Amino acid sequence: MTKPIALAIKWVLILATMAGILWIATRLAQAGNTIAVIIAGAVGMGILAIYATRRSVPLKYLVPGLLFMILFQLWPVLYTVSLSTTNYGDGHLYSKQESVTDIVAQSVREVPNTPRYKMSVATKEGGDPTTADLVLLLTKPDGSTFVGDKTGLQPLAATGVEKTSIGKITKAPGYTVLTAKQANARSKDLSAIAVPTTDGGGIKPVGLSEAFEGRATVSYDAAADRLTDDATQPPAVYAPKDARWVNVADPSQSFPQGWQESVGLANYTRIFTDPTIRSGFVGIFIWNVAFAIASVLTTFLLGMLIALLFNDPRLRGKAVYRSLLILPYALPGFVTALVWKGMFNQDYGIINQTLGLSVDWLGTPAGAKAAILITNLWLGFPYMFIVCTGALQSIPQDVREAATIDGANAFRTLRSIIMPLLLVAVGPLLLASFAFNFNNFGLIYLLTKGGPFNGADTSIGSSDLLITYAYRLAFSGVAPNYGFAAAVSVVIFLLVALMSIPGFRRTKALEEVN
Amino acid sequence: MSTLNAPLPADPRLDARVEQQTGTPTPASPKRKGFGGSVWWRHALGVLALMWALFPILFIYSAATNPSGTLNTASLWPSGFSTANFTALFNDSSRPFWSWYKNSMIISFSGALVAVFIGACAAFAFSRLRFTGRRPGMMALLLTTFFPATLAIVAMYIIFAGIGDVLPAIGLNTVTGLVLAYLGGALGANVWLLKGYFDTVPRELDEAAIVDGASHARIFFTMTLRLVMPILVTVFMLVFVGLYGEFMLASVFLTDVESQTLGVGLYGMTLGNDANTLFGRFTAGALLGSIPVMLLYLAFQRQLVGGLTTGSVK
Repeated sequence: MTKPIALAIKWVLILATMAGILWIATRLAQAGNTIAVIIAGAVGMGILAIYATRRSVPLKYLVPGLLFMILFQLWPVLYTVSLSTTNYGDGHLYSKQESVTDIVAQSVREVPNTPRYKMSVATKEGGDPTTADLVLLLTKPDGSTFVGDKTGLQPLAATGVEKTSIGKITKAPGYTVLTAKQANARSKDLSAIAVPTTDGGGIKPVGLSEAFEGRATVSYDAAADRLTDDATQPPAVYAPKDARWVNVADPSQSFPQGWQESVGLANYTRIFTDPTIRSGFVGIFIWNVAFAIASVLTTFLLGMLIALLFNDPRLRGKAVYRSLLILPYALPGFVTALVWKGMFNQDYGIINQTLGLSVDWLGTPAGAKAAILITNLWLGFPYMFIVCTGALQSIPQDVREAATIDGANAFRTLRSIIMPLLLVAVGPLLLASFAFNFNNFGLIYLLTKGGPFNGADTSIGSSDLLITYAYRLAFSGVAPNYGFAAAVSVVIFLLVALMSIPGFRRTKALEEVN
Repeated sequence: MSTLNAPLPADPRLDARVEQQTGTPTPASPKRKGFGGSVWWRHALGVLALMWALFPILFIYSAATNPSGTLNTASLWPSGFSTANFTALFNDSSRPFWSWYKNSMIISFSGALVAVFIGACAAFAFSRLRFTGRRPGMMALLLTTFFPATLAIVAMYIIFAGIGDVLPAIGLNTVTGLVLAYLGGALGANVWLLKGYFDTVPRELDEAAIVDGASHARIFFTMTLRLVMPILVTVFMLVFVGLYGEFMLASVFLTDVESQTLGVGLYGMTLGNDANTLFGRFTAGALLGSIPVMLLYLAFQRQLVGGLTTGSVK
């Protein structure tokens, strides 16, 4: 590579990166995210300063990795910590102001004899028709066009807008109009849309092609911080309580639209004080530790025994044995877990059939735990076998010979000479294996999903690990509670940290950096 | 992501030694006893171990080639050979198997490639350059491996949902977004593994190149990267396999059936009643899905064994 070509490549890459960052910054600016624009700008300047000058050579090599690490590892971790002090989750997704706007707009009732809008359902250009936020393209009877979403109504410039003869918009720059079929598939989202108007009313869709403008029955009194609903007699008054609007006269009634707010350490105190959660959490923790320890011990024992078995110089065909024994480790993890799930099936699984049993492996707590440990034993022993083989071969032959000369029999040699040396060698790996299994989400989730569950309580399964428990809190429940799930994650962080400190201090790795 | 990291930081300086130890057969003891020595019981137990290791794999094959294709008719031994399950799998329009396969390959391949490159860059800095914060930096990297970012999955989800609002091309439900999320964990243990190997390349070579007027970039791209190729291959394989089998982030990120990975897609075939009726198709898919990883393992077995064992014989 001659120098000018290398230089050209370098500058093309720098310019491409700059162009990319500029484009991202433009998109961020369009979305109105000022802080993100500033950060993008700073990153761009930083990259330019590092790569376009001759200074800071180490950073030239470290920046790519660091950037990814900060963006997608450090930031998520810090974000988790901050989430854990909020009530973010189902019904608490927006700010208080947004919840008021939404409630007011939702309460719109059609005023008789008011004109209707012609309406088209659309998304922002490039959005996924099945998931992206919906916007309404509206045409007033006088022909003027508007675009509305849950933040409000904006005029839509007439240029580039195409309408049908009755005034329904078929095409508008910057938006993708949904087909009737696509719009129909989103009817649930559509019914939740209400475009707030400046006079306190709102615009709501009727069917797929019309919308009405009406008056809101709910009004917000900012000074008193109260919502009043005129639809009932006497008017119902709602006051803020626990991040929701609760009916003052009847506290059992509240609007579904709550808001996100800081709850301090409430999520943490809930883990340790709510009796159901506390007992469940303690139970999960005990099983979690037991699972990790049992997994390490069983895989290590089996792996070591097989390694000892093959640790005989006279034995032929060791390479063949090794290639075949490594296969369980070479199967993708999801295949292993899912196939074992089929094999553990009570009625049809080959394990019950072959052994003539009718154990309900995945349906009882003890059976599920046994199934998990057996599967993990199969999955993990090849690794321990490889590691132990390596460690055994690194034990010098003369040590064994010395033991033999001193009159030790084979068992005594194994117990007093080989085992201690082996454990010293593989100790750090056993710790690492423990740390890995402690958060072995894939195995548990694919095999048992944390179940079986105790009766109607579907929040805590009997083979749950802490991480599958947190996952279910956040993603699988009927009412996802991100804040609480984040708090559980932070507690797992702390537990892993506490448990790994002793091992971490003992590893020599840190002292070997040169 | 912990899945992006090689299982353990190892010290490849010992690679050569262990390869030698594990690879070449130890000379037979001169005191060989009687008829071929008393190794027959070792073979007997060895065959037992093989049966334990291989029976599920035999079962996958039997179920995949089972003509009936359900779980209740699947048996350990093949009960006839039929490609019906494969045909059914390929023609199921609601389960786009080849899309999943393609997604998995793209994610694992591109993720591993980029992870190896940025890992190698960082390892070059830590091994060859001297700067303040080098030792603390290495230690901080080791610390991050104790805290898998999978624990921050809620935050990852929200962050990528937010990114998707602004840049739909890398938000949720996109392969690119998932690869980016994985790359957060591209440093970590990988850098330790790589740096250990970089350290074995004599510094005199660098110094000679500097005397000849080569820049650091030239040394890195044209010399160091070639000399450390074995460890690059090893790390690539470990990351590839890790990403290929990753389930948690993939299941949260990819909800659209066309953009799912093999793991997420195949998992969907084992839920509820499908567990029984689709078992043949599922095992057919599992069998095909296992091929890339199995091939990698068998091809790079020596490197893998070397890489894993060196960590244990410090």
